[in-house]
Amino acid sequence: MTAQVQLSIQKLTKRYKTGEGVTGISLDIKQGELVTLLGPSGCGKTTVLRSVGGFLEPDSGDIQIAGKSVLHLPPEKRPTAMVFQSYNLWPHMTVYENLAFGLKIRKMRKEQIRDAVERALQLVRLPGAEQKRPTELSGGQQQRVAVARALLLEPAVLLLDEPFSALDAKLRNELREELREIQLSTKLTMMFVTHDQEEALSLSDRIIVMNRGNIEQSDSPQQIYDTPKSLFVANFIGRMNMLDGIAENGSIQIQNWELHASPDISGKVVVAVRPEDVRWKDASNPGLAATVKQVMVLGHYAEITLLTEAGIIRMFLPREEALVLSSGQSVSLTFAKHAVYPQSSV
Amino acid sequence: MSWYFKSLGKRKIIEFIIFALFIFFFLGPLINLALLAFSGKWQFPAALPQSWSFTWWKFVLSQPEILKSIGLSFLIAIVVTVLSIVVCVPAAYAFARIRFPLSKWFLFSFLLTNAFPKMGLYVAIAVLFFKVGLMNTFMGVVLIHVVNTLMYMTWIPAASFKNVHKAQEEAARDAGAGPFRVFWNVTLPMSLPGIIVASIFTFLSSLDEAQGTFMVGMPDFKTMPLIMYGAVQDYPATAGAVFSILLTLPTIILLFVSRRFVSADVMSSGFTMK
Repeated sequence: MTAQVQLSIQKLTKRYKTGEGVTGISLDIKQGELVTLLGPSGCGKTTVLRSVGGFLEPDSGDIQIAGKSVLHLPPEKRPTAMVFQSYNLWPHMTVYENLAFGLKIRKMRKEQIRDAVERALQLVRLPGAEQKRPTELSGGQQQRVAVARALLLEPAVLLLDEPFSALDAKLRNELREELREIQLSTKLTMMFVTHDQEEALSLSDRIIVMNRGNIEQSDSPQQIYDTPKSLFVANFIGRMNMLDGIAENGSIQIQNWELHASPDISGKVVVAVRPEDVRWKDASNPGLAATVKQVMVLGHYAEITLLTEAGIIRMFLPREEALVLSSGQSVSLTFAKHAVYPQSSV
Repeated sequence: MSWYFKSLGKRKIIEFIIFALFIFFFLGPLINLALLAFSGKWQFPAALPQSWSFTWWKFVLSQPEILKSIGLSFLIAIVVTVLSIVVCVPAAYAFARIRFPLSKWFLFSFLLTNAFPKMGLYVAIAVLFFKVGLMNTFMGVVLIHVVNTLMYMTWIPAASFKNVHKAQEEAARDAGAGPFRVFWNVTLPMSLPGIIVASIFTFLSSLDEAQGTFMVGMPDFKTMPLIMYGAVQDYPATAGAVFSILLTLPTIILLFVSRRFVSADVMSSGFTMK
């Protein structure tokens, strides 16, 4: 599949006096792709998004939408639409007026506007809400209207700045699913900013993990989770056990246990293992010696906390399997899958 | 009858007495004023006037000087309000949106004109006005009124502008509106209640201003409050009553018309330093 590049950011740099900002960000988003910028607060993800929307002027670099540079256009002239975290709507206008605002500016005919607004409200599952005031709507409904308003602008790229982060968990899930459906049916190109890794993993075609103004990794959610390219990504996405070790001649020494590794790493390293990749056997087997500290059943799986000489390790097991274990028991651990990072890369 | 009071309980009775006292002290003088203004003859022990008449209304309204002063007062108040809006609303927007050094102190400085004894300030201004030839001019009177209204007209609208979130303005830009249209269609309507409240206070305080007008406007610019001083001294109390009703009437009408906008919220947010 060779879809057209819809949004292209080239060597974008924007630095604030505080030292925050982004440096040399380059990324392409294809037509119909939903890309998430993920990272902790202050990593520069919002800076990138706002630069695309035209609310920030980058120090250098270029932003192209459908092959044309939009860098010198004000927000109102850019083919983008943005959904903000909150305060999207204008409280002195009805929902209809909120939605029709942009269309009226485009001098669309009244009947056309009415039809478009009706369709948009249907799409966000709020049919018949035209005459309501934003203050009469719940937080989730307000964000739905905001999404509808952005869709009505028929943007080349839809920008979403943590649009669901002010809502409660259940509603967030619901709106995520709806957004995904809308994206699939409209084939819109979307750029989504969030600090919530679960949201990013569930929603995106591709995740771009950012840290301190740089891109750490840009991959599919699956790849981001399975093969994090840096220690930061490994740490940020999902749960991870981090163990210090020393690599030498193709093996890694973790306390008294030796682990195989590729020969091109040496020196102090960090071994990262997902809790679901930890395996256990009786203490007589080879492996990392550990003592069960606690068994916590969390619904369909159990989280087992283990004490080892290399520190605490957490392990996820199916519930039935965990019943065999009790605290104080000595076991031997191996890893089904692990990643190794040089320690200096923290 | 006594069973009724018993059933009310002590608390209710005390509440009622406090309420009655409040009404008496608050509305009493106003009612007395209204009665006095329409009385023909009212001698001491009687609770109500012995006879009613419009004599003093006719007298007051037939004095050309008084009529002129009413016209002048309203003219000045309108000009002051318009001028304050033109000058202060953009300033308020700047205070709300643009971060510049010492902005808090600038905002705070508007309080000074209301914090110091006014007469001292007016004398200082009068000295200045003499030099530039603004004494005994319409513009001079208007300017001295504006000195008083700066604070309301900047603080209250600034707070209203601050309550308009940046995302709301940016969303409008995003929808295709230029900066001017954003201000006109989003920012201004959303902060209109604050601006209206500030304008009403400006209008009323200008209508009521006497000290500064006395310093700067005499002898040609006699506004209603200035004439009032004379009227109270030269004519019987009845004329004063008529006059004070004429002076309070616009206030009551304006507050009544605008009661939708005047709320403790708008006021208090205007007087919070952020």
